[in-house]
Amino acid sequence: MPAMRVRQAIATAIADEMRTDPTVIVFGEDIAAAEGPFKTTEGLLEEFGPIRVRDTPISEMAFTGAAVGAATMGLKPVIEIMFMEFLGVALDQLVTEGAKMRYLSNGKLSVPMVVRASVGGGLGFGGQHSQTLENWVAATPGLKVLSPSDAQSAYSLLRAAIQDPDPVMFLEPRVTYAERGEVDTNLKMEIGKARVVKPGKDLTIVALGQMTNIAREAAAASSLDIEVIDLCTIVPWDKKTVFESVKKTGRLVVVEEQPQSGGWGSEIVAAVSAEFFGELKSPPIRITCPNVPVPYNGGLEARFLPNATEVNYLIDQLMATGKAPQPWWIREGF
Amino acid sequence: MSKGLDRRKAILSDPVAQFERAVEIREFENQINALFASGTIRGTTHLCNGQEALAIGLASVLRTDDPVSATYRSHGIALALGITPESAMSEIMGKATGCCGGLGGSMHLCDLELGLLPTSAIIGGGMPIAAGAALAFQVQGNDRVAVAIFGDGATNIGAFHETLNLAAIWKLPVVFICDNNVYAEYSRINLTTPIEDLHIRAESYAMPHFALDGMDIDVVREGIQSAVDRARSGGGPTFIEAKTYRFAGHSRADQALYRPEGELDSWKSRDPLLLLEERAKKSGKITDAQIADMKVRKAKEIEATVALCQNAPEPSAKTMFENIWSRKVSQ
Repeated sequence: MPAMRVRQAIATAIADEMRTDPTVIVFGEDIAAAEGPFKTTEGLLEEFGPIRVRDTPISEMAFTGAAVGAATMGLKPVIEIMFMEFLGVALDQLVTEGAKMRYLSNGKLSVPMVVRASVGGGLGFGGQHSQTLENWVAATPGLKVLSPSDAQSAYSLLRAAIQDPDPVMFLEPRVTYAERGEVDTNLKMEIGKARVVKPGKDLTIVALGQMTNIAREAAAASSLDIEVIDLCTIVPWDKKTVFESVKKTGRLVVVEEQPQSGGWGSEIVAAVSAEFFGELKSPPIRITCPNVPVPYNGGLEARFLPNATEVNYLIDQLMATGKAPQPWWIREGF
Repeated sequence: MSKGLDRRKAILSDPVAQFERAVEIREFENQINALFASGTIRGTTHLCNGQEALAIGLASVLRTDDPVSATYRSHGIALALGITPESAMSEIMGKATGCCGGLGGSMHLCDLELGLLPTSAIIGGGMPIAAGAALAFQVQGNDRVAVAIFGDGATNIGAFHETLNLAAIWKLPVVFICDNNVYAEYSRINLTTPIEDLHIRAESYAMPHFALDGMDIDVVREGIQSAVDRARSGGGPTFIEAKTYRFAGHSRADQALYRPEGELDSWKSRDPLLLLEERAKKSGKITDAQIADMKVRKAKEIEATVALCQNAPEPSAKTMFENIWSRKVSQ
C-alpha cells in the first residue's frame, strides 16, 4: 500500500473518481492552475483539462450555487471552499437551495455534489480561519456531513461522497493535510459508518477529524483500555457502532474540536443517555473547546484545542469521582 | 404527450392561445387572492397580475429542455410554461395532487418536464443555480440554454453580481431576465437603487444587455429570442431588463398603499391583457363575441378548478419523510 499525505489522498480520490466518471467536475478558488492553496487538487488540471477543472472568482455564493445547478442537470461537481468560514457567504445556496432541491421537486431532482472545506485550528490562522463550524450544516435535513481524520479515510470517504447522490459537506481537518498514512485505494468506507480505530473495553471515546488523533494519543498513554471511535460522519451518524461500544464499556467521552455550545457531541451524549440511562457506569461527558473565538497566540491556541493530556486528566477524574469533571477553564476560574 | 406539454405547445405561436393563457393566469391569480382573503389557503402568496406578457412570451420562446429558475412570484410563469391550473392550485392549497405533492406551496412550484426548476423563495437565490445548469450544458456540449428570471430587488443582492460575473467569464449559455415591476417588496425601486435602468449593471460584466417593454408580448418574444439564440450558439449570457408593473401588493397582506397616486392607473392603461386582446383580434382569428365567451369559459374553468382542488386529498404523513435524501435515513 502506498503511503501518501492527506492532501495527496484527497487529490487522488478526486482523480480516481474523475477517471471513472466523466460527469465529475471540480471548481473553486485557485484549485486549477495553482493546484489548490493546500495542494489538494494537485495534477487535476493537467490530467483533466480546463473544461472539468476550473478556477473561480472569489465568489462562493455563485460557485456553490453553480454546483447546485450543475448537479441538477446531471454533473457531479466537487467544489472547494478554501476555509470553512468562507461558506458563510454561500450558506443559502447549500442549505436553503441545494439541500431542498430533492424535497421541493417532489423527489424528481438529485443534487450529487460535494462541498469540500478545510477546517479547524492548530496552525495559527487566527479567529476567522480556524473554526470547524460543523454545526452550521449539521442541522440541515438533506445534507450529509463527513469529516476524515487520516489519509485512508480522506481517500475512501471522499470517493464515497462523490459517488453519493445527495449533497455532501466534506470537512477536511487542515492540520492533517501534511500527515502521511498508508492508503489502500480498494478500501471502501460508507457514509454513515463510524470506524473503531482502537478497540478497548473500559471506556468509549467518540471523536471526529483531528480529535480522532488526539483520542488515539490519549488512549495510548492511558492506563485504561479505551475504545476509540472515529465517527467519520456527523449526519447521519452511526448510532449502531456507538451504542454497541457504550453497551460494552458503559462509559462515553466525546472529544470535539468546537466551542462547547451546540456541538455535534451533544447529539451523541443525548442519544446515549436516553438509550443507556441507568446502565451507564459514569455520566457521559463532552470534552470541547471553550466558548471563545480561536486565539492566534500559539500557546493559547494549544490550550483552546483539546489535547491528550487534558483528555486523560478529565477521564481520570471521571473514573475516580464518578462525576462529570470541570474543564480547565472552569477549574482555573475563567 | 402530457397535458403540460400540450399546453406548452398551444402557446408557442398562436396569438389567440397566448391571449387565452393570459386570461387564465389573471383569473387564476384573482381566485388565489380571494381564497387567501377568505382564509381558505394558509401562508402567503405573491401575485403576478400585470406581468403575464413576460411569462407567456418567455414560455413561447424556450424549449421544454431549457430550464427556468424563477421566484416565489411564479404562478404565471408556471401556467405559461404549461403546468395545469389543477397542478398549481392544488399545490398552493397544499394538496397531494399539487406539483410538489402539497409540500411546497405557493412559493415552490416545479415541473421538470416543462423546464421549471423548483422556484426559490430567496431573492436572487435562483441565479447561481441557473448559471450552474448552464455550466452543465457547456460541459456536456449540448445546445440547451438556462434562464434565470428574477425581480428588480434581486439586482441589489450579492448573488446577482457574483452570478453575472461568473457567467460572463465562463461564457455560459444563460439568459438573465430581470422582471422590473418597479417594487421590491414594499419599496419603490428609486428608494433602494441609484439607477433607473437596471440593465446597465451588466455593462460592468461586459455582458450584452438591453431593456424592453415587458407589457408587449411581441417585444418580449423578440428580445428573449435574440438572447436565447446568442446563448444557444455559444455567444454567452445576456441580461434583459423587462419593464413591467406589479398590479398587486408584494404579498397577500400588502395593499400597496405606498404607490404614488395615479401610477397604477397609468400602467393599467397598458395592461398586458388589453394589449394581448387587441393583438388577438388583429390576427383575425377571433371575434369580439368569441372573446366574451372565452372569458366566461375561462372564469368558469378556474372556478371549477378551485372546487376540484378543494376536494383533492391531503398528503399523508409519510410523504413528509420522503425526498430528503436519495434513500430514507432513519434518524
